[in-house]
Amino acid sequence: MRAIVTVVGKDAVGIIASVCQALAGYNVNILDISQTVMQGYFTMMMVVDAEKCTLPVAQLAEKMERKGTELGLQIHVQREDIFNAMHRL
Amino acid sequence: MLRLEDILETRDMIDKRHLDIRTITMGISLLDCADPDVTVCARKIYDKITRRAEKLVSVGEGIEREFGIPIVNKRISVTPMALIGGSCQAESYVPLAIAMDEAAKKCGVNFIGGFSALVQKGCTEGDWKLIRSIPEAMARTERVCASVNVGSTKAGINMDAVAEMGRIIKQTAELTADNDGLGCAKLVVFANAVEDNPFMAGAFHGIGEPECVLNVGVSGPGVVYHALQSVKGQPFDVVAETVKKTAFRITRMGQIVGQEASRRLNVPFGIVDLSLAPTPAIGDSVARILEEMGLETCGTHGTTAALALLNDAVKKGGVMASNHVGGLSGAFIPVSEDEGMIAAAESGVLSLSKLEAMTCVCSVGLDMIAVPGDTSAETLSAIIADEAAIGMVNTKTTAVRIIPAPGKTVGDRVEMGGLLGSAPVMPVYGASSANFIARGGRIPAPLQSLKN
Repeated sequence: MRAIVTVVGKDAVGIIASVCQALAGYNVNILDISQTVMQGYFTMMMVVDAEKCTLPVAQLAEKMERKGTELGLQIHVQREDIFNAMHRL
Repeated sequence: MLRLEDILETRDMIDKRHLDIRTITMGISLLDCADPDVTVCARKIYDKITRRAEKLVSVGEGIEREFGIPIVNKRISVTPMALIGGSCQAESYVPLAIAMDEAAKKCGVNFIGGFSALVQKGCTEGDWKLIRSIPEAMARTERVCASVNVGSTKAGINMDAVAEMGRIIKQTAELTADNDGLGCAKLVVFANAVEDNPFMAGAFHGIGEPECVLNVGVSGPGVVYHALQSVKGQPFDVVAETVKKTAFRITRMGQIVGQEASRRLNVPFGIVDLSLAPTPAIGDSVARILEEMGLETCGTHGTTAALALLNDAVKKGGVMASNHVGGLSGAFIPVSEDEGMIAAAESGVLSLSKLEAMTCVCSVGLDMIAVPGDTSAETLSAIIADEAAIGMVNTKTTAVRIIPAPGKTVGDRVEMGGLLGSAPVMPVYGASSANFIARGGRIPAPLQSLKN
């Protein structure tokens, strides 16, 4: 199952590294990353494959949200379907 | 491929603009719960609801977490209780309402709809018993919602039921006087009621519906308001297009959540109700959308036209996004549940008369309006008759959910709490309608009913 990870927060050294490391810890494979810095704010989205994730997606979302709070970032994990439904015909 | 901007836009809609699924509502048929013994009937009702809806809340919460979309309410609607109660040899159907309430609490849903009667052409004995049980049922239960359909385009208006409902609303307010007449917030009087409405307080599981079904109500006034801020000063063609595109996205979200919930619960998916349902939260108001179109205060001249455009564009945008659209579908205009409507009513610009005009073009009717506690039953009935006439002639659903707040008068405020919000007490005309209501009988169906 594919999911979208969004990360928003103040730009700092090592954000991508920390997020990727956390995802790797749950055996989540990253398929695509796109990121930008807007007005000093780091913004990233990742398309990930959570098929072999060690946790159900709902729990992964909770863990990553907590990780985000630790790092001073907003991290959300959501199933990709919702974005496809809203933005593609 | 999804674009970063799209993803961030969706996140923004959820985080900052109150995008949510307003309700997933499970409709459950109780036709097989009929029994001559009211105690046995109540037990069958409790058992069936708790069995069917056992997993509704946990499944809803699971989808919320996985999809990252809030599902604000999980609710249940059941077969109009007058049909089930009609089998019981009992004078009061309050025990059936209590069974519904206990089942709702057991399942963890915040409202259960269907303490209802459909009497547009006439009342059965069971219908009268149900109607007369409403005040006590509303006072003794917490989560049960009642509705009575008193008119339709096909049948006309049952004026005997209209007269009775004025008295019932008064009694309900008096029995729940400690809470500003809160019982009336759970009681709707309809014309052209729909059978698959997922929204409270008017939801019931119609008799044309399957054994069990899942209906979804989406929302998103905040998202539409924000989208319109980006087209300031542009012609209405652009306004309509912007609303349509936004409604499309909101509805697609409702469709996918509804399908997923129906799959997990193993219950057929019914409809998506494409409604803009406001909440008292700042930034989640239908009134503010109308004001964004260029009105200084909602309720001033131009409000009806603005609402007509909004209501139509929401439907046009949403209809392609879902395989089955139903329910009430349109823009709701409850006063107490909409921060902008409350402000407009308090400023004196939004009047009851203007709200009545707005109900000609919105999805339902006079909703969550507080009037002085000394308003007569006949005046309440006359307000209901006016709304039913609008619904009957325009072949649309109309409703009245009105609170004659005990001991309160114009200038006071009624506090309902939570999603029900608070409402300023609005003035009604003092001239009597008593002789009009006393006539009784039936207003014949209009020419529009003869379509065959």
